[in-house]
Amino acid sequence: MTSNPVLEIKHIKKYFKISKGWFAEKKYVKAVDDVSFSIEKGRTASIVGESGCGKSTLARLVNGLIEADSGEIVFKGNDLTHKNEAVWRTFRQPMQMIFQDPYASLSPQMKIKDLVAEPLLIHYPKMSKAEIEKIVKETLDICGIGSQHLSKYPHQFSGGQRQRIGIARALVLRPELVILDEPVSALDVSVQAQILNLLKDLQEKFDLTYLFISHDLSVIDHISDDVAVMYLGNIVEISSRDTLFESPKHPYTQALLSSVPDKDPKLKRERIILKGEIPNAANPPSGCKFHTRCPFAMNVCKEVAPVMQTLDNGTQVACHLYQENQS
Amino acid sequence: MTGLLEVNNLKTAFISDDKTTQVVRGVSFAVNKGEIVGIVGESGCGKSVTSLSIMRLLKGTSGTIQDGEVRFHDQNLLDLSEQKMRKIRGNSMSMIFQDPMTSLNPVLKIGRQLMQGIMLHLKYPKEKARKYAVSMLESVGIPRAESIMNEYPHQLSGGMNQRVMIAMAMSCNPELLIADEPTTALDVTIQAQILELMKELREKQNTTILMITHDLGVVSEVCDRVIVMYAGRVVEEGKTAEVFENPKHPYTEGLIKSMPKIGQKQSRLYAIPGQVPDPANMPKGCKFAARCPHVMDICTEKEPDLIKDEEGRKHRCWLYQGEYEGGEKVDVKSSTGN
Repeated sequence: MTSNPVLEIKHIKKYFKISKGWFAEKKYVKAVDDVSFSIEKGRTASIVGESGCGKSTLARLVNGLIEADSGEIVFKGNDLTHKNEAVWRTFRQPMQMIFQDPYASLSPQMKIKDLVAEPLLIHYPKMSKAEIEKIVKETLDICGIGSQHLSKYPHQFSGGQRQRIGIARALVLRPELVILDEPVSALDVSVQAQILNLLKDLQEKFDLTYLFISHDLSVIDHISDDVAVMYLGNIVEISSRDTLFESPKHPYTQALLSSVPDKDPKLKRERIILKGEIPNAANPPSGCKFHTRCPFAMNVCKEVAPVMQTLDNGTQVACHLYQENQS
Repeated sequence: MTGLLEVNNLKTAFISDDKTTQVVRGVSFAVNKGEIVGIVGESGCGKSVTSLSIMRLLKGTSGTIQDGEVRFHDQNLLDLSEQKMRKIRGNSMSMIFQDPMTSLNPVLKIGRQLMQGIMLHLKYPKEKARKYAVSMLESVGIPRAESIMNEYPHQLSGGMNQRVMIAMAMSCNPELLIADEPTTALDVTIQAQILELMKELREKQNTTILMITHDLGVVSEVCDRVIVMYAGRVVEEGKTAEVFENPKHPYTEGLIKSMPKIGQKQSRLYAIPGQVPDPANMPKGCKFAARCPHVMDICTEKEPDLIKDEEGRKHRCWLYQGEYEGGEKVDVKSSTGN
């Protein structure tokens, strides 16, 4: 299925050190532990998982905001792993990020036009003032912020409008890949729908590729082409959106889908309620990290971590239930 | 069925400098014994302030209740002295808040926090209170309850802390539990556990629950009846299944349509255009008129009343006011005052 991926992630790892003191035993949180995936041009690949599963760390790794311990990040054929900041900088123009909190991600002291012009000033220092203004106006207009707002400050806007400004700030550089970290989680449903529609329109207009991070399965189902499910630093299942939502394979994916409250009160289905808590990421269970909560846990799950394998329907899943050659 | 809790024409405002901003603008509803009722609406619609007004927890904020009644067991809570109110709070009426991490005291052990309410309201001696607290923790599904009594909130996860909050709120066997966004801060798999627990409470102890939420999924999952609020007013009320299947108010309809649903492959979502009006600067007429797809001339002129139709549904919309000329006006008082 991989023909011309915009982004390829291969066996990427990021461990955070947590041991305190000089002589203490070295301990790590394996925030992202051997994750691989790729995104085709023009598609939306999503990463879904609960808090602490490593999805936001992964987004920051992809964007070079933190450095990976090992593995490869290949963007349009260029290996960006362990490159210095100067190299990364040249790739931030085609690779932009949109953040979760529209309140925290815009400087309160800057006018909207300056906020949106800032990326242009950094990446195109020779661009004329008139040209910058033209692009800023055009981009804000596409994002649904009229030119009468150009001289306003962020506090004069609602959450939904601020997120539009955040989107304009990313799009002003005309990127190819946009990383969206929970872009609609802070918004009310009616505004969330406006922003999701805007994101879809922009993708079509500019032929954008999205890496979409979210914990909300109904949003994921709406926007994605491909979905990866993460649990405690590992991807447990990757599939196309349709296959994943119609026939989830990994017991964790099944439980996640089943925990989403139904939007139709007449549907009363049997749900899988997982027992117990999400284990501490600093001290994850042995073998398959999900075995402590898995309704189908077998003996082998406690000892051996399952490897990712591809099923007949194209789904990749890491679970002993589907392992063919069990030793 | 009698109303355990009746809120009549409640008006709450926030006063800052010289400006008074009314955020709960004449809200009326009733909750019957044993029911789970949801109040749903977007940020700023007044749902949380309504719940704080009921519990009279606005002290220390700039909020004041300007008018209305909160009848609980046929007494108006708004008339009670703070001392009497304290005897009701945490005892026959208790509350769970959104963020368990900030609602628990970080420097007190779980056990001590739990036992405080039990010793105060149930007058149990210390040893008995301790045993009772442990049994409460067990009843909300906390493993190793005995040792958790000696731990601090930061040692537990969000879901566990929310269970502790529920155990605390349930410890005096309240008749009414007000839950303000109880699962919003939690992950979906943990949310499912907590919602299941709340349904169990109702089944086992016949607890009445008033659930404040922005999540229609949570409402459809647990609530018997739903009250939809917009801009400080109730705009629709009815049985959950009926409201979801046949929403009357265009706002309710828009809310339901704008939620992405799993398995429904829409290329675009329905989005309610525009945004919630500024509470300090409310438009004349229906507050939803500027965003409404069915807006008529009258909508921007005069605000419709909340009307109860023959099916028992309530709605505040001019689309139906002609049809139900004979319909019962629910808030005659509030239609003029503002």
